Amino acid sequence: MSIYLFLIEKTILSLVIFAITLSIAMYSTLAERKFAAFFQDRIGPNRAGPFGLLQPLADGLKFFFKEEFIPASSDKILFVLGPAIAMIMSCMSGAVIPWGKSLIIGGHPVSLQITDLNIGILYIFAVVSFGVYGVILGAWASNNKYALLSAIRASSQMISYEIAMGLALIALVMTTGTLSLSKIVESQAASHWNILLQPLGFLIFLICVFAETNRTPFDLPECEAELIGGYHTEYSSMKLGFYLFAEYINMFVASAVISTLYFGGYDVPFLNVSGNIGVLLGTACLFAKIFGFIFLFMWVRWTVPRFRYDQLMRLGWNGLIPLAILNLLVTGIVLVLN
Amino acid sequence: MVNSFTPVLIVFLISVGFVTTSMVASHLLGPKRHSKTKDSAFECGIESKSNARVKFSVRYFLIAILFVLFDVEVILFYPWAVTFKELGQQGLIEICGFIGVVLIALLYLNQNNIFNFEAERGNQ
Repeated sequence: MSIYLFLIEKTILSLVIFAITLSIAMYSTLAERKFAAFFQDRIGPNRAGPFGLLQPLADGLKFFFKEEFIPASSDKILFVLGPAIAMIMSCMSGAVIPWGKSLIIGGHPVSLQITDLNIGILYIFAVVSFGVYGVILGAWASNNKYALLSAIRASSQMISYEIAMGLALIALVMTTGTLSLSKIVESQAASHWNILLQPLGFLIFLICVFAETNRTPFDLPECEAELIGGYHTEYSSMKLGFYLFAEYINMFVASAVISTLYFGGYDVPFLNVSGNIGVLLGTACLFAKIFGFIFLFMWVRWTVPRFRYDQLMRLGWNGLIPLAILNLLVTGIVLVLN
Repeated sequence: MVNSFTPVLIVFLISVGFVTTSMVASHLLGPKRHSKTKDSAFECGIESKSNARVKFSVRYFLIAILFVLFDVEVILFYPWAVTFKELGQQGLIEICGFIGVVLIALLYLNQNNIFNFEAERGNQ
């Protein structure tokens, strides 16, 4: 295959996935508000379009026409760089997720994974850690005390839970023997989904994902009762939009990663359809799993109250890390005995 | 020249392009009105005082340092985990020593109340 064909194919695929990611993130905001309304016995947004379906578009448009505010005492370059990093990094994390098997177009296989890195899991970790810079740079540059407090909280929370997250995944890597996400999905399609082999690892990973994406019950970085608006207190216009949007994209990608690692990715249970229809069915199945997890994120948000900061730190360092090490040891012993 | 990291570059360029275009567009489209009070940092409606570059609790700094230490330790687990099946029992026994080091470090930090953010009040 020529280099140009490869580049064109990958560019088109990247653009399609980028567009899908953005639209799902946009409509997640509507879904979140609709679910919130449902849980609280309200109606929710219903003015823009039928059932409020055009609400995300209206919101997006409004971000463009709002005044762009930069505080006089802020560090201008970092102030702009903060939301840009947050947004770029959340868009990049989806690059290694296998969205499906290869489609056959004109006798030529087209992979539905943007790139199959042999260190896929480490790539995701790297990109996710970069997201912390977006939060801390933006907040520090605002030169606002509340934003700074929030950024310090956010970064210590995110880095603390990243360790437990890494440790929880080690047990998974031990059973599959690879860091490539597509190989992990294939191994699950061939035998059991990893959730059956690693229930405790999954639970630890899920909790850490909630903490990494700053979702309730770990939304201390933006707890509005104490910190005004959190790290984006001074932001307005599209820059604020990027911070909020990055959160929803992170939620989508995190759901995709959980489905891929623990719930068989594009594997359709009890069904074996070959050809392009089978591939598309697998992709649809992956998206169904992703939507399930996005719903879980929202369900938890409107059900569980927020942690106190000392509880959060104790849970991360004294609860999850030893538990993840225990899980790793037990997995190792069971694997050796078998 | 083209390897499996090339598509990552493509995704990066697409996202940078999108972010720059939207930021420039919102910069051009939005209104701009300045005043001295408006341009100061927001502090719940109270007049903003002094600079926000203030001292903060050293615990947060300790957490950041510990993160670097522990994250390196976690990364050291990965090569072992990938080759776990070849190393077998021998590898498991040897990794136990390393896990011991990690656990002793955690225990030591707990002895010194590093993760107990409540303890701060008692010290003041």
